[in-house]
Formats: sequence, structure tokens, C-alpha cells
Amino acid sequence: MAASLHLDQVGVTFPGRRPGEEVVALEDINLTIEAGSFVVVVGASGCGKTTLLNLMAGFISPSQGQVLLGNKSISAPGPDRGVVFQKHALLPWLNVIENVEFGLDLQGVPKEERRTIAANNLALVGLQDFQKHAIYQLSGGMQQRVGIARALTSNPAILLMDEPMAALDALTRETIQELLLDVWSKTQKMIFFITHSVEEALFMATKLVVMSPRPGRITHSYELDFQARFLRSRDARAVKSEPDFIRMRETILGIIYGDEKTLNVAQGAINNA
Amino acid sequence: MREIGHRAGIQSASEDRKFRPKRSVAPGEQFGVPGQGDSRLISISTIFALLLLWVAVTETQIVKPLFLPSPTLVYEKFILVVNVGFANSTLFEHTLISLYRVFGAFLLACVTAIPIGIMMGVNRIVRGIFDPPIEFYRPLPPLAYLPLVIIWFGIGEFSKVLLIYLAIFAPMAISARAGVRSVSIEQIHAAYSMGATASQVIRRVILKSALPEIFTGMRIGIGVGWTTLVAGEMVASTRGVGFMVLNAAEFLASDVVIVGIFVIGTFAFGFDLLMRYLERTFIPWKGKV
Repeated sequence: MAASLHLDQVGVTFPGRRPGEEVVALEDINLTIEAGSFVVVVGASGCGKTTLLNLMAGFISPSQGQVLLGNKSISAPGPDRGVVFQKHALLPWLNVIENVEFGLDLQGVPKEERRTIAANNLALVGLQDFQKHAIYQLSGGMQQRVGIARALTSNPAILLMDEPMAALDALTRETIQELLLDVWSKTQKMIFFITHSVEEALFMATKLVVMSPRPGRITHSYELDFQARFLRSRDARAVKSEPDFIRMRETILGIIYGDEKTLNVAQGAINNA
Repeated sequence: MREIGHRAGIQSASEDRKFRPKRSVAPGEQFGVPGQGDSRLISISTIFALLLLWVAVTETQIVKPLFLPSPTLVYEKFILVVNVGFANSTLFEHTLISLYRVFGAFLLACVTAIPIGIMMGVNRIVRGIFDPPIEFYRPLPPLAYLPLVIIWFGIGEFSKVLLIYLAIFAPMAISARAGVRSVSIEQIHAAYSMGATASQVIRRVILKSALPEIFTGMRIGIGVGWTTLVAGEMVASTRGVGFMVLNAAEFLASDVVIVGIFVIGTFAFGFDLLMRYLERTFIPWKGKV
């Protein structure tokens, strides 16, 4: 189970709007997600974060290079990689526990067995008392927690999360950050997490990756231990106000703002031409 | 002391009409989408007003019974048509055959239009085949192709059901096809990530999320079926509510025409209520996610 995920000189090129035109979405990506690590990606909009996740999930295939889980090449989506989406993407005709066990149901796991697994995963995200609720009766934060429980149910090697907290209010967001760190430290799974919030990224990542747009590439990479500090102290606000946390935050914000500015200048030049 | 003073303050304010607090309304009730609020009472009043108007213009002889018979005359005729019959059949027999035609066509459309609509949504080739003919004949009035149906298929029961079926088919297929599009790409991706096969994605995700639109299509379809019933029964019929209305019109029996209209209206409205009830029971998530 302790396999790692490698992206080896990966590039993605999409066809452009006009025939013959090409858009380079990702260029020369080398990234290793070690077993048990929590990798977070930040970067200006349009830098290819979601494309990177789509590659790992197998929703798209690379134009160059390869994506490896352990020593297996990824070419299609599969239950060894659980995905959590920005919008919850749950199935509204199923109740909470039916949503969580859906993947096992598809694979023909007997009802009692899958119920037990699903109930355990719901308990992991603190929703044990909401098994029979309809999806539309839950708050946004609870729906996202169901999404996490569902992604865990097929016991994947890695959780791929595409801005799962973007639509949540600030308080819910902090609660779910802590919950996700607890889930991570309990299950020891790899997590690949996309966010726009630098603070969120610093707080949770064991490895923080900064991407730049046009073409999308990895420019910076940091090993961090703020999540370990939180798991020891259980005081998220204290960790987030430590001087080195704030210094890191400003450094990374500086990089991203710099990218956004260059982008805007380039866009202005195109518009003026 | 303070409490007494406080109470006194409230009393004096409520005694003074100028300071009576206004009831607050939720945002959107004011400065919101126009037409908010309950309209049932107004609808009931409208029905009673129309009935009253009907009684008034007939009792005062402003309108002659030939053009508009009074409610009592219509009711008496209704009893007569129920017990004795009109044009050699009782109202029950007329209604039964019409229900058989409409619901026969409706069921046929359900088992053909819904699968074809879904296939159009999920398969490029099926969409390519069925899109032009459906989009072409859909806006045509059934009366326009009625002659062709008669020439090709004769004047029997088949032609009548076929005409109604054709009218129902198009809206139902189009709704089912649109329903397929209502699934989100994230839901499909999520299913694949949980190990679903392509056919599981279609059966267990796409079909389910298409259900609300399929239901809407069925409601629209049966409505179209009732409107086409009279056209279908123009062809060499001897029975049916539509036939009864047409036949009565030839004899200027406007009371029988009104009885027929009420019968069709009652069944159409009743079935729509049933469909709405089924929708609430089986698709409680509709419009909520």
C-alpha cells in the first residue's frame, strides 16, 4: 500500500481555439508524492493545477511523460485514487450512507460489508448521526465531508482534492482543515490538495508546490511541518500566527502576486496590440 | 421601577397609532422577483366568478341556450348522456375508448420515446439519426399529417392511436435527451473514480439524474395527447369523447359539447395531479441540488 505517485517529465498540450494552434497547459512537470505525504499546490489562476489533478485521476492523459502510481502507469480513473471535487458531486437520489457506499456497491460488495465500511468512514468525518439524511438536507460543509468519506470508501492509495473548501465559509473551512488533517494522520494516505488559500496550503502541507502559468510549471517547492505542529498542539490559530508561518505566507503570496501581475501585463499587451 | 417604566414606554408607543410597528417582510417579498405570494384564494375566486358569470348570462337570457346552455341544462344533459347515451353510446363507453386511445399512445411513447431520447443523449450516432426527423415533424400540427396517416394506415383504431402517439413522442424524447445533459461532469468523474464501468455510469448516474426531466416530459406528453385526442377521433369514429364533441357540434348540441369538454378537462387535470404527486414521492430531490 505504501506506493508513491510520480510524475515524470509530464507535459499536457491542448488544441487551441483556432486549428493548428496549441495551448501548453503543463510543461516538464516532475513531482513525487511520497507515501503518507500531504502535497498542496497553489498558484495563480490558469496555471494548470486542475489539469495536474486530472492527470493523476486519469481523467486526461499526458501528451508527454508518464504518471506512475507505484510502478503502474495511470491511464484511466480507478478506485485506487479517490477524488473530492469543489462542488460536492454527490448523487442526490441516494441518502448519505448510500452515497458513501456507492463505489463498493458498483463493485458488487455485499450490502452488510459495505454498510460497515461506509459507516466507519462517516464516523471518521464526524457524520455518524446523519446516515439516513438526504444530501440536500445537509449544509455545504457536511456535504463536503460526505464527499471525503465517499472518496475514502474504496480504500484508495491517494486522495485527490480539487479546492474542496473553496465554497465553504471561513469558520467551516478551518474546522474541515483540522478534520482533514486528523483523517490524514489516522489513515496515513497520500493527499494531493489544490487550493487558492496560501494559509490553508501552509497549514496542511508536508510539501507545498507553487506553480506558475503560461506554460504551467512547478517553480517552487517547500517541505513544511506546520501540520505536525498542529497535530501536537491542537491549536490551529497559534500555529497560523507563528512568525515563520507568516513569513512563509508573505513569501508565497509574493510569488503568486508576481505571476498574476506579469499575466495582467501580458494580457494588456495583447489587448492593446 | 425600571421595569415598570419600560413597560409603560411600550404601552404608550403601541397606543399611539403613528408608532405601531410595521410587520417586517423578508427580502425578496419587497423589491424581489415580481409575483411573489400565495395565489390560491384568487384562483378559487376566479372559478366562482366564472361560474357566476355563466349562471348570470344564461339565466337572464342574454346569451341564447343554443350558444351557451345554462349550468343546469348542461348538468341535466350530463345525466342523460351518462344514463341513456349520445350517438349510440353512453358517456362511460365514450370515455373508456378515449382513455384507451390516449393512454395506449402514452404508454407506447413511454416505452419508445424515453429510451430513444436517452440514447440520443448518450450516443452520437443515435442522436444523428433521430434528431432531423424529430425536430422536423415536432412543430407540425397533427391535423396536417392526419391525411397521410389515414392514407397509409387506414381509418382503423391503429391510425387514431398512431396520431396521438406521434404527437406525444417528440416532446417526450426531447425531454429525455435534455435530462441526460443535466448530469454534471463531476458526478460522472466521481463514479468512474469509484470504479464504475461505462454502462454503470449510464444506468446508475446518468439515467437517475435524467429522471426529473423525463417526468416533466411525461407530463407535457400526456397533455399533448389530450389535445390531439379530438383530431384523432375525427377519423371515421363511432365512439370517444372527441368524437362525441365533434358529432354534437354538427347538431349544434352545445350542451353535449360542454359535457365532453368537462370530461376531457377533468381527466387531464386529474392525471396531471397524479403525476405531480408521483413526482414529489419518487423525485423528492428535484430542484434542490
